[in-house]
Amino acid sequence: MDIAFSPEELTFRDEVRGFFDEQFDDELILRLRGEHFKEAIVEWQQRLFKKGWIAANWPVEHGGTGWTPTQKYIYESERSERGIPGVIPFGIGMVGPMIYQFGTTEQKEKFLPGILDSNTWWCQGYSEPGSGSDLASLKTKAELDGDHYVINGAKIWTSYAQYADWIFVLVRTSNEGKKQEGITFILVDMKTPGIKINPIISIDNEHSLNEVEFSDVRVPVENVVGEVNKGWTVAKALLAHERTGIADVAQSKRNIRLIKEAASAEMNGGKRLMDDAGFQARVADLEIELMALEFTELRTLAAMAAGGFPGPESSLLKIKGTELQQATQELRMETAAYYQGVLPNGMDPEVLGHSWTHDAFRNYMYGRAATIYGGSNEVQKNIIAKYVLGLE
Amino acid sequence: MNFDFSEEQQMVRDSIARFVQDDYDWDTRRAIVASDTGMSDKAWQTFAELGWLSIPFAEEDGGFGGNIVDTMVIMEEIGKGLVVEPYLPTVVLFGGLIARAGNEAQRNAWIPSIIEGSTSGAFAYLERQSRFEVADCLTEAKTAGDGWVLNGEKVVVFNGANCNQIIVLARTAGEQWDRAGLSLFVVAADAEGVNRVDYPMMDGQRVANITFTDVALNADSLLGEAGAAMATVEAMIQEATIALMAEAVGCMGTLNTKTLEYTKTREQFGVAIGSFQSLQHRMVDTMMAYEQAKSLLFKVVCEYKQDPASAESSIHALKVFIAKNAKLVYSEATQMHGGMGITDELDIGHYAKRLMMINTTFGDATYHRAQYIDKAYAA
Repeated sequence: MDIAFSPEELTFRDEVRGFFDEQFDDELILRLRGEHFKEAIVEWQQRLFKKGWIAANWPVEHGGTGWTPTQKYIYESERSERGIPGVIPFGIGMVGPMIYQFGTTEQKEKFLPGILDSNTWWCQGYSEPGSGSDLASLKTKAELDGDHYVINGAKIWTSYAQYADWIFVLVRTSNEGKKQEGITFILVDMKTPGIKINPIISIDNEHSLNEVEFSDVRVPVENVVGEVNKGWTVAKALLAHERTGIADVAQSKRNIRLIKEAASAEMNGGKRLMDDAGFQARVADLEIELMALEFTELRTLAAMAAGGFPGPESSLLKIKGTELQQATQELRMETAAYYQGVLPNGMDPEVLGHSWTHDAFRNYMYGRAATIYGGSNEVQKNIIAKYVLGLE
Repeated sequence: MNFDFSEEQQMVRDSIARFVQDDYDWDTRRAIVASDTGMSDKAWQTFAELGWLSIPFAEEDGGFGGNIVDTMVIMEEIGKGLVVEPYLPTVVLFGGLIARAGNEAQRNAWIPSIIEGSTSGAFAYLERQSRFEVADCLTEAKTAGDGWVLNGEKVVVFNGANCNQIIVLARTAGEQWDRAGLSLFVVAADAEGVNRVDYPMMDGQRVANITFTDVALNADSLLGEAGAAMATVEAMIQEATIALMAEAVGCMGTLNTKTLEYTKTREQFGVAIGSFQSLQHRMVDTMMAYEQAKSLLFKVVCEYKQDPASAESSIHALKVFIAKNAKLVYSEATQMHGGMGITDELDIGHYAKRLMMINTTFGDATYHRAQYIDKAYAA
């Protein structure tokens, strides 16, 4: 039991700091906030790729970093400290690991390079209008016609479908047996005829979510990842990967720092908000939660390093991590008082002397989804009850 | 003791509920918020015709002679329907300040026109640095001949975008945080030197930042006694806080009703999600939150009706209680609706945003808890 950094780890930390200071420049920050978000985030990911740091969690043989849990921790802490966005998860965090774990040699050769160098933008076709928490009840069907599957149905809550080149989709290929059987994991080119994207405006007034409709979409059989009708195994492995990232302890840590900064500048009746005993108690409560969560995450990272893949305990990280994200986002909004309600397309917050309030608004509003996506927190509790505690 | 409503109060409640049901459905409300002014003149005229704008005003001023119970009834219905028209800024705040501090000429000048729907008012009390401390006022009015000259800036003025008259809190003596030396002025929104920049808030309200540059005011513009406005303003904000809490209770009730309905109809795992015990218990928690909020609101209203001064601590308590329980109700409503709860299309998120704005308006839970502690546990 030891948490002190070794000299090698300290050297690594300096290298990370140096890279971020040099490569994550002000010009890029501005572009990430603007309308050319896609181009800006791709450019940032390509800088990471050139450095060899794009795939922190991948094995070295597939182009990953081979970092130790401590190195990942150092990297994530330094990244969040600067408010640098994480890598868009759908390629690197989700479909990539499924392809190198379950895919054929041809699939690995075809898809992994584009995921690593960010030239292929992926999106996720999991939830359906009628299948949210009950993912296995999905109805989008794929019927075999010669050497193609013909897909019909609809997926929903598809983030950034409007930017995507490819989508990984869970489809029903059989109605026999349990509903978890008969599901297949398949990769679909978004340019295939029959795909229609319907935008969904979310509570933050932004367009990142979509519904994706499939009408007689023909997909070659070689695009199936893993075995036909065994896609549920792939689906679950992917969700476990998704969940570890979702905890985003780093984001909560940053939010607490930003709350303290803002509350030190915020005055009430000639007194700093940060000096208010009631406010201090709220910040302290969050900070204490964060301390525990940070070490839960480290324990999970260490277990993954020893055992390879995250297990059901990743559900714990997802639940506590998203609860803390929402609590910190909420306190940041309260710190903004009346200005929390100023919309990003409304008054310029610089004019109000509160330049951070739009960031707080977007974070808070979109953050409401975190306890819903990746398997709602209610479903995570079912997973823990069943697989960790053995309660049926 | 009884917690029943009078026949008139039930009639008003029913008439607003009917209006919301027939003329203010969700699509209509969406269209109103998206329109140029963000409010409906037609709806406002209906409010006037049905007499709702006259209710809190004294009979001698041409009003209905209602009390805090009547205001509560109206505001709760406004909350249920998520009505964006400026009842609180125009009738409760602007009209309330005129009624409290105005001389006969001022009451005659403004109250009948509020009642008929032609005066749209705002109360400009917030400055960019003031947070929840109303006395933190840098806007100043200096005497000039018989009148005054006004300079300064107010921000996030409710109904600031659409009002034609503004009551401005300004310093006529003393330093930035002094409670003494504050005065109220009635200023025409189109007066020379008044500049408005309006913008929408997340709850659909249109507010404005308003700057006053050498605005010349005549002696009749002064509302109440010069330098002695703070007592009036505090009493006004207490009453307006009760009104706002009634609106919050209305929002909470509707959210619970809609969410309960959803859990009974949304099927996952082959059954309605409302059949899951863990969700049932949470629905019970939100139901209790609503009932308890309503109870505390009734306590405050009863105390206030007897003697406004006696309700001070309870108002702080109510603000804390509603902040906590409204948050529970809107968080659960959003979560139970799953992905739909975080769309702009569904009304759930809009009720949540209104409750968030209500929670911060006139001071958030942290502020009111400290005020409660100061008053209740003072050595």
